[in-house]
Amino acid sequence: MGYATNPIKQFDIIEIFSFGSINGFDLVFTNSALMMLVSVAIISGWLILTTRGRGLVPSRLQLVSEITYGFIANMIRTSTGSEGMKFFPLVFSLFTFILVSNILGLYPYFFSVSSQLIVTVALALLVMGIVIFYGVWKNGFKFLKIFVPSGIPLVVLIIVVPIEVLSFLSRPLSLSLRLFGNMLAGAIVVKVFAGFVVSLTAMGLIGIIGAILPLAMTVALTGLEFLVAALQAFVFTILTCVYLNDAIHPGH
Amino acid sequence: MAGDTTKTDMQAQTIDQNGEEIVIKLDGKDAYGEQLQTSTQYPKEEKPFPPFDPATFGPQLFWLVISFGALYLLMSKIALPKIGEILEVRRDRIEGDLAEAERLRQKTEQAIENYETELATARAKSHEIAEKTRTEIKSELDAKHSEVEAELSKKLSIAEARIKETKLAALVNVDEIASETLVSVISKLSTKISIKDARDAVKSVVKG
Repeated sequence: MGYATNPIKQFDIIEIFSFGSINGFDLVFTNSALMMLVSVAIISGWLILTTRGRGLVPSRLQLVSEITYGFIANMIRTSTGSEGMKFFPLVFSLFTFILVSNILGLYPYFFSVSSQLIVTVALALLVMGIVIFYGVWKNGFKFLKIFVPSGIPLVVLIIVVPIEVLSFLSRPLSLSLRLFGNMLAGAIVVKVFAGFVVSLTAMGLIGIIGAILPLAMTVALTGLEFLVAALQAFVFTILTCVYLNDAIHPGH
Repeated sequence: MAGDTTKTDMQAQTIDQNGEEIVIKLDGKDAYGEQLQTSTQYPKEEKPFPPFDPATFGPQLFWLVISFGALYLLMSKIALPKIGEILEVRRDRIEGDLAEAERLRQKTEQAIENYETELATARAKSHEIAEKTRTEIKSELDAKHSEVEAELSKKLSIAEARIKETKLAALVNVDEIASETLVSVISKLSTKISIKDARDAVKSVVKG
């Protein structure tokens, strides 16, 4: 009972050990922290080990690293121009971190970092913080032009500017909640169907026959969740690029 | 003291009794016991849904900063420059190879062109030499031919002269032989004839 049938249980934060507390701040090492470090280890290990050979003709594994590199580099170049390439390590880290932690979260009994609200909020705020600071630092007051679309008569601006401000303010919210909601809901749905399989098979032969349908659903949903995991990482990254583009070139 | 001990004994007894009852119940219904356990746990789990639990925010943020910061540093300092370098080296290499191939191709074309012009000149030269040799040989042949012909005609004329001479001499001899034959024929026949008359007669016949 518990993990197998309770779809909420998978989000429990479990303390593994604690480094004690500094000024009342508890430095507890949890399963969440473990999965973050595992994601970082997988990404770094993969990228560094597969490119160790520096093959002129890439091996298959090296090709995966190169394709990811090219994919993100292209995404930044097409959405922000070559100026945005200074954010390449950030965007690349965001994409790989979200992608790997999303996919790791699909593994049964693994903890899904991206279905913790604080994690997605922190990542979204990091992006918006960089957008605002870089935008103001580079453009000064001209950064405010992102609220004023060009080529619109003054009368309309009175309506448009508040809308633009509101949409800007809602960006971190939508950015974080989209990722959080997708991963949370997906994990719960898969667990609910998987839980049906566990409870039904415990009921004997009829239950086992009845469990076929939820098992099929679990398999299908797992496939769908892989798609969602990759798609949400992509969406988060491309929106980051779009927002960075606003910071680099304010005024649409 | 004494009252206290009796009280605890009593309690222990009741607990024992209850415990026995529970044991019996547990033996009879295993599922019931489990349900009882979870239902007693439920009130304790009044803490919020884990992703919304503010108590977890601090440590998660702390570890997120550490892990994401480490990831950022590893990516920006090690992994990405390395991959970028690999891609750049490859691009340079491919461009270099293409340029080299283009250079070699041009070189090959140049070589082919040179070969063809050389071949053409050689052919022309050989043709010239052949022509020259042919004319030389022809003129030499002609010269020799004419020389031989001249010699032959000279020899022919000499031979003709000699033949003429011989013929003349022979003719003179013929006259002589005829006269002598005439003399002997006539003298045999009857009358004597002088050699001088015979000669005159032969002469008149030959001339006649």
